[in-house]
Amino acid sequence: MDFELSDEQRLLKDSVERLTTQRYDFETRKKFMAEPDGWSRAMWKQYVDLGLTALPFAEEHGGVGGGPVETMIVMEAFGRALALEPYLATVVLGGGFLARGASDAVKGELLPKVAAGETLLAFAHIERQARYDLADVAATAKKDGAGYLLNGEKSLALHGDVADRLIVSARLSGDQRSKNGIGLFLVDAKAAGVSRRGYPTMDGLRAAEISLANVKVGADDVIGEPGNAYPLIERVTDSAIAALAAEAVGAMGAMHEITVDYLKQRKQFGVPIGNFQVLQHRAGDMLIALEQARSMAMLATMMSEEENAAERRKAISAAKVQIGRSGKIVGQGAIQLHGGIGMTMEYKVGHYFKRVTMIDTMFGDADHHLAALARMGGIVGKASAS
Amino acid sequence: MDLRFTPEENAFRDEVRTFFKENLPDGIRKKAAEGIRYVKEDIVTWQRILNKKGWAVPHWPKEYGGTGWSPVQLYIFKEEMQQAPAPEPLPFGTMMVGPVIIAFGREDQKQKYLPRIRNLDDWWCQGFSEPGAGSDLASLKTSAKREGDHYIINGQKTWTTSAQYADWIFVLCRTDTAAKKQEGITFILVDMKTPGITVRPIQTIDGSHEVNEVFFDDVKVPVENRIYEENKGWDCAKFLLGNERSGIARVGASKAQVRRLKEIASMERIGDKPLIEDERFAMKIAAIEVELKALEMTQLRVVAAERTRKGNRPDPASSILKIKGSEIQQGISELLMEAIGPYALPDQFRHDDRWNEPPVGPDYAPPLAPQYFNWRKISIYGGSNEIQKNIIAKAILGL
Repeated sequence: MDFELSDEQRLLKDSVERLTTQRYDFETRKKFMAEPDGWSRAMWKQYVDLGLTALPFAEEHGGVGGGPVETMIVMEAFGRALALEPYLATVVLGGGFLARGASDAVKGELLPKVAAGETLLAFAHIERQARYDLADVAATAKKDGAGYLLNGEKSLALHGDVADRLIVSARLSGDQRSKNGIGLFLVDAKAAGVSRRGYPTMDGLRAAEISLANVKVGADDVIGEPGNAYPLIERVTDSAIAALAAEAVGAMGAMHEITVDYLKQRKQFGVPIGNFQVLQHRAGDMLIALEQARSMAMLATMMSEEENAAERRKAISAAKVQIGRSGKIVGQGAIQLHGGIGMTMEYKVGHYFKRVTMIDTMFGDADHHLAALARMGGIVGKASAS
Repeated sequence: MDLRFTPEENAFRDEVRTFFKENLPDGIRKKAAEGIRYVKEDIVTWQRILNKKGWAVPHWPKEYGGTGWSPVQLYIFKEEMQQAPAPEPLPFGTMMVGPVIIAFGREDQKQKYLPRIRNLDDWWCQGFSEPGAGSDLASLKTSAKREGDHYIINGQKTWTTSAQYADWIFVLCRTDTAAKKQEGITFILVDMKTPGITVRPIQTIDGSHEVNEVFFDDVKVPVENRIYEENKGWDCAKFLLGNERSGIARVGASKAQVRRLKEIASMERIGDKPLIEDERFAMKIAAIEVELKALEMTQLRVVAAERTRKGNRPDPASSILKIKGSEIQQGISELLMEAIGPYALPDQFRHDDRWNEPPVGPDYAPPLAPQYFNWRKISIYGGSNEIQKNIIAKAILGL
């Protein structure tokens, strides 16, 4: 039982936080958002130089062999900075699929480029009708010689607008919501038959709608087991949820600090408004929600590599519930305690609130995961030890 | 970072669990599991079993009978005790006055009181709250006037848990009415057999008799019974209240209650299926479980941080544990009552513990509504949750 970071992890934390504190203030972020991609290629280069894009990959693929704790450290700092770059899409999601499911040839070719920040990836999975059901895939993959022919419509692909390669899910067999029969395919974003429509999201990031019309992929572009990719989708999604939980904790922590600071500065009725007990107690409720979320983000991090899928999913779902609920308590409280200024686009706190709110909608919101956890029989098991 | 317990810690857990399994009397375990009230002998019996093993006061310094366990081991011990489930040692001796005597008492006081606390030879109760001094404890009025080698105590204490069984009471008394309210208070140990003490029961809304009023009418107590210096009793009180909060998350007890809730929800039926398969109810249970899991992790973070904390001041984060722990316990007690539906209605749980009639409805139902009502106390005692939020605002947020 140890919550301490190792020396190397502490060093990573210090350097990421130094970078984001020095180079990612709120005004600079607005400039990044106005760049053509909606994020900063210069910052991306900084991440590469720090080794962040190489973090989770094996050394043979140009990586540094970091684990989920390292990802947590980076994501929490990105949460505090409200970073816009496609780190989750490229490194956690895309990189996660390649590292776990791609052929050795593809790994050898592509992972070093991902680690070097040269290739951007996106996960094109969600479909209009699917809501939060990971198995609801209507897009089709038909055998075509040694490869496949892909058809379908993908929606809400985070950073799908800039990705060089897409990880696309498509059905080889089975009913639309069956966990069996799903395949994952590596698709060149510029391949014939792929069309994309990019747009900004509520939290200042970017996503894309992606159409696939008779897109040809080769046998080597299959990720995971064709027709049995669902466990891999769950697994990588769980890693992404753990990463998002850490990002949310970073954003919530910053929001809470800004709010408490404001309570000390802002004067009304001749005194700092932090003198008023009703506001103190709400700030206390926010702190409790933040600490509970932090605890669950740690649990999600540690459990994201758990081989026992049932235990992993329980912890991840429980964490996502807590993150969603805490996000509302901290975010809504932050806006309310600020009053009018919290409502303005020019002030930082509302942007944290939007990011945390959107994180709840990614990969299943609190209610979705609560229902899932209930179906799995809850997280307080029959045995006593956790 | 590694949230798993070490092999040594897991071995320790096994050792503790095995001991509880083999040594906790069945009758007491059954009461603990089903929420049936203990009688005094149950608590005494269990405490003496622990004392014989050397585990009566593991958190005390070794020279006074502690075990020298790490914070994590102490946590595991407490969790296993709550999950056994076994009665927790009477807090007034082992958690409250004992540590105060160790921290502030004279050597002769330590020799006299501590062994008897360990073995529960003396049943202690707490004389803090008064009718006019609840959350504002320092405004207490019970007076102790010095007359030669004695204090003469007059006044009234209230909410005194198990005073009806007690051999001793530790009392906060006002010894200086002119000083600032925190600076005129003295901590005094009083033998309950002293003439002038009257105990009057208070019945709580669940029908039970746990708490009492204690009246002091010219009660003559030797000055040697004073702990620490005259007018410095507030230091002892603050120390004691900090200790009280740290044990209050009750994660292990809540885990045991969740398991009980699931058992009962599996036996109850709604329409053509067990209640636990009702999505709405299952989601309510799951929601509490998420909170509980998060609290467990938060508690472990606080426990792990104890290793590096300086001094013995309580971590203000313990206020978070108290608030969340009480909300969760109350939430579970609410679901336990909801689980039995209309069988919350019959009042068939008497505090005399000798109710022998067959239950109306399922046999697990009788204690559940009383427990729901009784457990509203959890967010009130030990510094109400609102007081805890004041502490958070001041000590953590700097407001």
